[in-house]
Amino acid sequence: MSTVSIKKITKVFPGGVRALDNLDLTIKDGEFFALLGPSGCGKTTLLRTLGGLESPTDGQINIDKEDVTWKSPGARNIAMVFQDYALYPHMNVKENIAYPLKVRKFAKEEIEKRVSQAAKALSIETLLDRRPGQISGGQQQRVAVARAMACTPNLYLFDEPLSNLDARLRLEARTFLKQLQRELGVTTILVTHDQSEALALADRMAVMDKGQIKQVGSPAEFFHRPANTFVAAFIGSTPMNLLDGIAKKGFIEIGRTKYPIPSKIKKKIKEGHEVVFGVRPEYATISRSAGKSGFIGKVKVTENLGTHYLVTIDSQGLLVRGTVTDGSEPKIGTTVMLKAEPARVLIYDKKTGDLI
Amino acid sequence: MTKLRTISDKTLSEKVSTGIFIVLVVSFFLLPLIWLLLAPFDSAPSYRLHLSNPSLNNFKEMAQNPYAYRSLINSVVFSAGTGLAIILVGAPASYVLSRVKFKGRDGFLYILLLFSSIVSGSAAMVPLFLLALKLNILDTYHGVILVLTGGLLPAAIFILKDFTDSLPRSYEESAQIFGASSFRILKDIVVPVIRPGLAVIFVWTFVQAWSNFLVPFIVIRDVNKQPGAVMMYSFYNEGGQAVIRTVAAFALLYTIPIILMYYYVNKKYGFRFYGGIKG
Repeated sequence: MSTVSIKKITKVFPGGVRALDNLDLTIKDGEFFALLGPSGCGKTTLLRTLGGLESPTDGQINIDKEDVTWKSPGARNIAMVFQDYALYPHMNVKENIAYPLKVRKFAKEEIEKRVSQAAKALSIETLLDRRPGQISGGQQQRVAVARAMACTPNLYLFDEPLSNLDARLRLEARTFLKQLQRELGVTTILVTHDQSEALALADRMAVMDKGQIKQVGSPAEFFHRPANTFVAAFIGSTPMNLLDGIAKKGFIEIGRTKYPIPSKIKKKIKEGHEVVFGVRPEYATISRSAGKSGFIGKVKVTENLGTHYLVTIDSQGLLVRGTVTDGSEPKIGTTVMLKAEPARVLIYDKKTGDLI
Repeated sequence: MTKLRTISDKTLSEKVSTGIFIVLVVSFFLLPLIWLLLAPFDSAPSYRLHLSNPSLNNFKEMAQNPYAYRSLINSVVFSAGTGLAIILVGAPASYVLSRVKFKGRDGFLYILLLFSSIVSGSAAMVPLFLLALKLNILDTYHGVILVLTGGLLPAAIFILKDFTDSLPRSYEESAQIFGASSFRILKDIVVPVIRPGLAVIFVWTFVQAWSNFLVPFIVIRDVNKQPGAVMMYSFYNEGGQAVIRTVAAFALLYTIPIILMYYYVNKKYGFRFYGGIKG
């Protein structure tokens, strides 16, 4: 039950690598917050700084208005689940779950009680006498979560807890983690490089790049209105169409295709403004009929996505992607027209990369 | 097209010569061992493999020597002492060297390893003696233990560092987050996980110290404090000839503790290492 506020945190590693660059972030009470970004973006460093395993070069971290920037990890009342789970191989499951409680000098009966509660909540009661090496990856993950849960922390830190599981198990663990977090209501911060994980789990999330936060918002905001071209290119199971264009009078010229400027942003764009035209393939339909303001081109590749087909067309040298429903996919080589849903078109400033 | 040679293509003479070679190599290593088992019980042992009128007389004769059994106890003191000292100093050292990065760390380790063979070797005999003299540790148990420890420590650190390197850092970090102190982490997590490594190093040190002749030979004057390795050197008669009967009996007794030790450690730890857990 905690609010976390991070103020102007900077972390420079010896050797000059700026892992965190003057970063501000507030995580609300009870929130499931995901930190997402490509490897090396600083998301793990941020998590480790929150946990006290790294000390920041500059800035302040508050948990519930209390300044914990220079407090030792043990004094922050947080629990962390590591990517490799960090279960101790020489202790059995029960001893593993009990270890943090023992360190914190809980009474014996209280430890017993909490261990059995946590084991029950995660349905691992039958594994208590086994060693971590004798249980499966999914079970190990549950034990790690149980260990974190048993010490009733104010804040959970999850460092890619699902990345060591196979695809099927990962989906199961995802649902289960989300449900558990809802029930416990404890503020949780999850680090992941897998966007589907972040989109599925988080109430709110942040995308990071080069030590800076590129956007903070709900998963839906990320999907529908990426704040800049970096996020636009990063989020989405199929990459967003991002095409360079120039603003002309009333329309944007992309190659030889003209697209009317959306009325909402008409005032913000001047003639000659260099922009990036963005539309998700999911919001670009493909038809055989001709029409205005669409990309005309030959079908180059079609990819089966299950219920949909992803179609790549070559429009005078520009590669544009759209989707069609299963069964109506065009033949390769045929000339088609790709139309973007006007409400879904996003125009970015080419220089700054920000959404206009 | 050339035909690939297979085992069946080997000619008879090749097979025979390989066989003879293997028999020679095996017997070179095996014959002394068989001698070690037979000679102590032989009534008139020589340098040949042979057993006549088996008895324990050789052992009885050896027991006549007032220093023989005592020397084996001294050996245990030297070896166990050195083993303990190596673990006590080497484990923290290797842990630090594995966790703290500093410039030239790997070079430092290699130089240590290089010099370690010199320290307890014959090259450093004179300076070692002078050092022991100045430190007033000549003719003491701890003198021998210190010199042996100094010689074996670098190699021990080098091997132990491999064990601590393979200990995932997340083990310590998670314990840290749970609020465990550094000492507690060392005691509860690090030492138990690398225990098989410590056992291997202890046995290795024990055996090295047990069979070391030179160091106790230089440092120890008092015959009461001599270890088995040095004692064996004194089994000769007035004419300066080796007394094979006592040597053989003593050699067997001298070997048994080492074999027992290997057996025990192998049974308990299996000379393997379980490191991190794979998901």
